[in-house]
Amino acid sequence: MTVYVKGVVFEGVDFDDPNSWKLDAYVARGGYAALKKILQTGMTQDEIIAEMKTSSLRGRGGAGFPTGLKWSFMPRNFPGQKYLVCNTDEGEPGTFKDLDIIVNNPHALIEGMIIGGFAMGITVGYNYIHGEVFEAYERFEAALEEARAAGFLGDNILGTDFCFQLHGHHGYGAYICGEETALLESLEGKKGQPRFKPPFPASFGLYGKPTTINNTETFASVPYIIREGGQKFLELGKPNNGGTKLFSISGHVNRPGNYEIPLGTPFSELLEMAGGMRGGRKLKAVIPGGSSAPVLPADIMMDCTMDYDAIAKAGSMLGSGAVIVMDESVCMVKALERLSYFYFEESCGQCTPCREGTGWLYRVVHRIEHGQGRPEDLDLLLSVGANIAGRTICALGDAAVMPVQGMLKHFRAEFEHHIEHKNCLVRGY
Amino acid sequence: MLTPESLAQIDRELTKYPADQRRSATMSALRIAQVEHRWLSNELIEFVANYIGIPPVAAYEVATFYNMFDRKPVGRHKLTVCTNLPCALSGGADAGKYLQQKLGIGYGETTADGRFTLMEGECMGACGYAPVMLVNNHSMCNHMTPEAIDKKLAELE
Repeated sequence: MTVYVKGVVFEGVDFDDPNSWKLDAYVARGGYAALKKILQTGMTQDEIIAEMKTSSLRGRGGAGFPTGLKWSFMPRNFPGQKYLVCNTDEGEPGTFKDLDIIVNNPHALIEGMIIGGFAMGITVGYNYIHGEVFEAYERFEAALEEARAAGFLGDNILGTDFCFQLHGHHGYGAYICGEETALLESLEGKKGQPRFKPPFPASFGLYGKPTTINNTETFASVPYIIREGGQKFLELGKPNNGGTKLFSISGHVNRPGNYEIPLGTPFSELLEMAGGMRGGRKLKAVIPGGSSAPVLPADIMMDCTMDYDAIAKAGSMLGSGAVIVMDESVCMVKALERLSYFYFEESCGQCTPCREGTGWLYRVVHRIEHGQGRPEDLDLLLSVGANIAGRTICALGDAAVMPVQGMLKHFRAEFEHHIEHKNCLVRGY
Repeated sequence: MLTPESLAQIDRELTKYPADQRRSATMSALRIAQVEHRWLSNELIEFVANYIGIPPVAAYEVATFYNMFDRKPVGRHKLTVCTNLPCALSGGADAGKYLQQKLGIGYGETTADGRFTLMEGECMGACGYAPVMLVNNHSMCNHMTPEAIDKKLAELE
């Protein structure tokens, strides 16, 4: 798998060297210099958070919330235990960037979390890792051992009185645990069912204590920001969309893989980096930010730049940066059927609109795909969707609805053809 | 019901959490128990719950919620193939069909000799390596073309 490097998370990583993930190699390429800078020059918590705000780094897990602002919400002087949590429960279909970070550059994440702990006055952290990637969990545990042995992690870090403990926590197969409060429940050893918000994790998080949760790529971007300055990171991208970002490209391209590029890069360039369309076929549509993001047709996508604001303006979302590329052979009804099955399968069952509605959406799309659609089905889909969206505790319900709305907005004729002719316009997937 | 090695692994997991939050190790403890016994019987779940010091129903809730836990016997090798859209665009669904034909079983079934169980999986977070197949929950196999599947199956006794 190709990994194109033009960014901060994978700076200097040698993907052909099996030892490039190790501590020695990380330190040789400037690793842990940011932590040393903080501890040896007496950089204050306020200064770190100010640097984070300047960088304009936005949460890389999908929501795009400004990281510096999130860090400033943590009540730093809270007298009891506080927690820092990393969300590596990467299960949004199309997304596989955090896996590559943990496997190829785990110390960037570890250093980012230690810095986060220092900035917010937190002494204990956990990294929740997606169930299906056990080998990545083992890699992370091995990297933690290295960091502890070298004095970067644990008690009295680098001889100061700053202490930070960090542990890996392995999930076991539940998409919903990518939702931060479901993740906290799971970390507490329970079913991963999301909590009502408010209270937000910053005041009532893990074990009921103030907790800050960030995505893997977000933490892994922190060392660069501290080492080089927030302004330099910002300038790698564009205003309000600072820095570089990992894009996971899957589907009908010649070179699927992770591409770390400046935010604001035109989609057409990204497609070219990924080797263009497989078999020279024509681009039909792109899901630009993981399976929950509304699909966009080729002509709109080819005019987009890859950043939060441009993709939102085009009617979708950048999400986790998972770009699912589909060529002209794809049947949009069949594609939606598979996605709708996924949300039905993964609904945690806590809220009735989602538990019942996701099954309803799947069954209706399924019957359209299998030649049993009814003329009123498309309106029914939109109506069911409207009764899920915004009526559930977490965003999984909305995530199930957005693909349906996107498909019907841009490819309604294909669904109508299925219903009317009981067959498909295209013959591929 | 568990070997000293498995219990030592659970003990290590327990050290990660505050002393009054032993429940946090439930998922890991069940995983470790499942690795030893291949599946989680009610007796095994109860044993794990008692070892951690939580009500059996709390461990049972976890075992039923997360889809990598098996609550009925599976073959010596559980194969889970991702058929979600990004993988399907790169041969994931075809890999699943090939496995069904080759093994003569459907999803959720086990071969008569007890060697293989085949499962259809959801996103494993490895779409760029599609088609992907997970062996016994812990070993990810990438680019599983028919030839690669044949080779892998031959290795699994």
